[in-house]
Amino acid sequence: MSVYLLRRLIQALGVVLVMSLIVFIGVFAIGDPVEILISPDADQIERERAIVALGLDKPLWLQYLSFLGNALRGDLGRSFVFNEPALQLILNRMPATLELAFGAMFLALLVGLPLGLYAGLKPNSPVSKGIMAGSILGFSLPTFWVGLMLIMVFAVQLGWLPSTGRGETREILGMRWSFLTRDGLAHMAMPALNLALFKISLVIRLTRAGVRETMLMDYVKFARAKGLSPARVTFVHVFKNILIPVVTVVGLELGSTIAFSVVTESVFAWPGMGKLIIDSINVLDRPVIVAYLMIIVLMFITINLVVDLTYSVLDPRVRLEGK
Amino acid sequence: MSTTTLPAAPAAPAVPPKVETPFRRFVSEFAESKIALGGLIVFTLIALIAIFAPWISPQNPYDLAQLDIMDGRMEPGTVGGDGFTFWLGTDDQGRDMLSGIMYGLRISLTVGAGSALIACLVGASLGLLAAYAGGKTDSAIMRLVDLQLSFPAILAALMILAFLGKSVTNVVIALVIVEWAYYARTVRGTALVERRREYIEAAQCLALPTRRILFRHLLPNCLPPLIVVGTMQVARAIALEATLSFLGLGVPITEPSLGLLIANGYEYMLSGKYWISFYPGIALLITIVSINLVGDQLRDVLNPRLKK
Amino acid sequence: MKMLQKVAVAAAFGVFAVASAQAQTLTIAVGAPVTSLDPHYHQLSPNNAAADMIFDRLVNTDERSRQEPGLALEWRAVEPTVWEFKLRPNVRFQNGSAFTAEDVAFTLGRLPNVPNSPSSFAAYSRPIQRIEIVDPLTIRFHTAEPYPLLPLDMTNVRILDRETHERSTTEDFNAGRAAIGTGPFRVVSHRMGDRIELERNDTYWGERPAYARVNYRMVTNDAARTAALLAGDVDLIDQVPTSDLARLRQDQRVSISERVGLRLIFIGLDHLRAANENSPFITDNNGQPLGRNPLQDVRVRRALSMAIDRRAIVDRVMEGAAVPAGQFLPEGTYGFVPNLPPVAFDADGARRLLAEAGYPQGFRITLSSPNDRYINDARIAQAVGQMWTRIGVRTAVDAQPWTTFVARAGRADTSAHLIGWGSNPDGSHPLRNILATVSRDRGWGSSNRGRYSNQQVDALLLQSLSELNEERREELVIQAQRIAAEDVGVIPLHIQTNIWATRRGIAYNARADELTLAQDARPAAAR
Repeated sequence: MSVYLLRRLIQALGVVLVMSLIVFIGVFAIGDPVEILISPDADQIERERAIVALGLDKPLWLQYLSFLGNALRGDLGRSFVFNEPALQLILNRMPATLELAFGAMFLALLVGLPLGLYAGLKPNSPVSKGIMAGSILGFSLPTFWVGLMLIMVFAVQLGWLPSTGRGETREILGMRWSFLTRDGLAHMAMPALNLALFKISLVIRLTRAGVRETMLMDYVKFARAKGLSPARVTFVHVFKNILIPVVTVVGLELGSTIAFSVVTESVFAWPGMGKLIIDSINVLDRPVIVAYLMIIVLMFITINLVVDLTYSVLDPRVRLEGK
Repeated sequence: MSTTTLPAAPAAPAVPPKVETPFRRFVSEFAESKIALGGLIVFTLIALIAIFAPWISPQNPYDLAQLDIMDGRMEPGTVGGDGFTFWLGTDDQGRDMLSGIMYGLRISLTVGAGSALIACLVGASLGLLAAYAGGKTDSAIMRLVDLQLSFPAILAALMILAFLGKSVTNVVIALVIVEWAYYARTVRGTALVERRREYIEAAQCLALPTRRILFRHLLPNCLPPLIVVGTMQVARAIALEATLSFLGLGVPITEPSLGLLIANGYEYMLSGKYWISFYPGIALLITIVSINLVGDQLRDVLNPRLKK
Repeated sequence: MKMLQKVAVAAAFGVFAVASAQAQTLTIAVGAPVTSLDPHYHQLSPNNAAADMIFDRLVNTDERSRQEPGLALEWRAVEPTVWEFKLRPNVRFQNGSAFTAEDVAFTLGRLPNVPNSPSSFAAYSRPIQRIEIVDPLTIRFHTAEPYPLLPLDMTNVRILDRETHERSTTEDFNAGRAAIGTGPFRVVSHRMGDRIELERNDTYWGERPAYARVNYRMVTNDAARTAALLAGDVDLIDQVPTSDLARLRQDQRVSISERVGLRLIFIGLDHLRAANENSPFITDNNGQPLGRNPLQDVRVRRALSMAIDRRAIVDRVMEGAAVPAGQFLPEGTYGFVPNLPPVAFDADGARRLLAEAGYPQGFRITLSSPNDRYINDARIAQAVGQMWTRIGVRTAVDAQPWTTFVARAGRADTSAHLIGWGSNPDGSHPLRNILATVSRDRGWGSSNRGRYSNQQVDALLLQSLSELNEERREELVIQAQRIAAEDVGVIPLHIQTNIWATRRGIAYNARADELTLAQDARPAAAR
């Protein structure tokens, strides 16, 4: 087991390294941060000063090497835009995004699992067909459009929920969280729902597909034949088996929600990491982009590791390499 | 497990029975669901409209010479300057929405289906390989997946834009880069379970070639989740293209897809000019629903484990 | 819709008690994020707006961008190379420290020394060779050559306190610790990229702001900003999207304030490639290289300008939120060229000119444009594309995000590009940056992305830059602009109107310089 984990760790470092290199080259290819950040009436002398100030005067490989050197000491560079350490900038924004992502995931499972289960157990009932047709709506419309519709209905027309922003927060462990206050929760409701819509559909469909298959499996047939109660069959035998695809996809979805809730965060003016990364990409704030993607890639590696470990727990047929 | 292996048995009869060919059986099973059949008919219609848009649409919405901003933002049913009736209204450039939607369908379907198909091919092959080969190959592929999943679509799209410029093809490339990892991850997850099963071991004992085991035995059994993901990803690719358009990274503005039409009209939602994004939205909705109705049924029909 | 009416009725019949209770806090939603509270870190409009609520300048600007006394009461050139500023007495910083000439000298010394600044304010202190403190309330700036633009430069410099800020870093400002000025508001808290909370500075020397507390929020999505106003979550929004304008004007709950701004939207043309070279995005009608650059022919440039129906763009695309323009500045500013109206729309005339220039069948061109920078930028580009196509110049529109667009425009890798320019209210500013020949030594042509070059324009500009007599200087600036306009150096389209929307009951004094300042909002006079 520890050999396995160690190998994964070394691979992870490699992936992070590759990611930083790709981003360095990619940002260099996209454009020139100075051209974007500098005041349009700045003269040549001022432009040259800015290039030096941001450390962009050296050849790219030298910039990369010095970045690696600093990274080894835990310094991922300072944002071009904010002049703050990139890492700190990202960590400051993280709680807002984390709570939104987990909120959305929670909603997705809360709504998706029961509906999917029902649709899978009674595939021919009209309700199930309604659920399935409804679930298509969840991913047919672009997020930005649905987001604005939510604002128009719940904030502008009905006035039930605040339109944008994060609302009141409470500090725990030096970080601000808004799910602990009523006002904060009210602000969270719409963006979380906006993010959850796609995931609800996904969970419904995966659950239904899994249930339908599992119900036909020999061991379920056998369990039924043995006279176990339908509830026990459903929740112990069936449920355990459909969790594999659901866990995989939910894990991935959680990751991508944390990493890229860009659109939702901009529409709802939610001050999270997604908004930070899109703003940073727009002005080619390379230190922030590199640091952000390094963190995100680490997160995905961890999630995938957890998913793999969960597989082996949930399904003894999967064996981990090197175990 | 016997239920799974039998239909996939390699020894196909030399002369197929006349009454029930696999294709006929497939058709009759598919037609069991009236909803799915309806979906198929609607989708066929949509596909025909998309294919024949240049011949049936009232206007060529991609030709700037045919547009006039003086006809901009007209309500549905308005008669324009030269006696032309805009049945679904016009957008801000004076583009006939009906023609815009017909052409937009073309672009959206190309982008959505094209990218999903390519991404599926690439992703599923790599995922299968990873699961089957295991070891270093598996690690290498899966770390590549990790890398890809963490790479934002926006950055990928921007990089492609800077390297290759703006075009529909480049949007497809960007979407493939972003999407293939999902397929790979899904297929590998299922295949890992499947490859420990007896029928694969049996096939290996028979010393069947790897490629045959991969594609004839392993793949069909990984299909159900793949189709679930696949049909959703077509929709997702179309929606993602809309999002890229919303961020200014999508298809060229003079050749709007449905997504770009919606993104354009989005800004007019609050001012009551609903038709600019509403009708393309409806078109998108119908398209995606019909694709998924067909996809759902396909999944059930093709799923070897649901065979009674 | 019913709900809307109910709310409107409720608002009309006086939830006055509620309104007055809330009148103490003003919530503003701005479209562009403030990235730093350090007033000398990044020369960027939203940062300048935040700074202008907290700090003061020697020379302030009013809503029409006219200069008015700020921390300096008066200023004049006592010698051709010496400017003297008399400072305002009895001004204190928000921490009680007194404001003196020392602080001005300290501030100017700090400008070039802010670490890591991506766009510093150093250019404003560079012409000053020596600072002489005559007495605590009199300061003199010695320049190498006569420098008429010094007061204008001073409208860009926010004054810090030597005692307070000697060791302050940009991070100290961002954390709010060092964000201490002489301005009308003090910082209560700052959450980067999200909101700034301010409270009234009761010791402010100038007019007392109407609101005791201000919540300055950043909502970058246009539609979300409008929705936040309609939902009653915010009291004031800026950068009102033109698509919502018609509806907001009719809405009983909302008032609109607007003013013609200083930002011209124009089309830059490829002057870099010589007449016998290929321009990168121009071909003949079959897509083959032309072998020459038609844009070097003034008749072609004029035809392209005449082909554009500016009125139609303003009415249809901008929905009235702009004025057609034939030059960089709006009427009433320093250096406005009289009798230079927008080029009249004349498609037939344009076709004739093209034929005269040897292009009776036209040619093909790509118009590059950003799609996330200026109001309706990509839409304007498409409209221009329609109009050019109609005179036979088949136009493709390539709209990209500013990030990639500016990289290409900076390399002059376009044949025609749509772009904007926000001027200082002085004709020399656009001349120097857009129309003057690119020159590192002179610091000219910094945004001259079409590489336009005209010796007459350069000569007049050079002369104006050392002319201390304001009337003669204006004459030179006008003359230079007129020559560039006749030569169609760039194709001006329109000057944007800046628009704010408030909840009814609040009035915002709309500004030409696009800044959103809390001190400019007041309760509207009782109706």
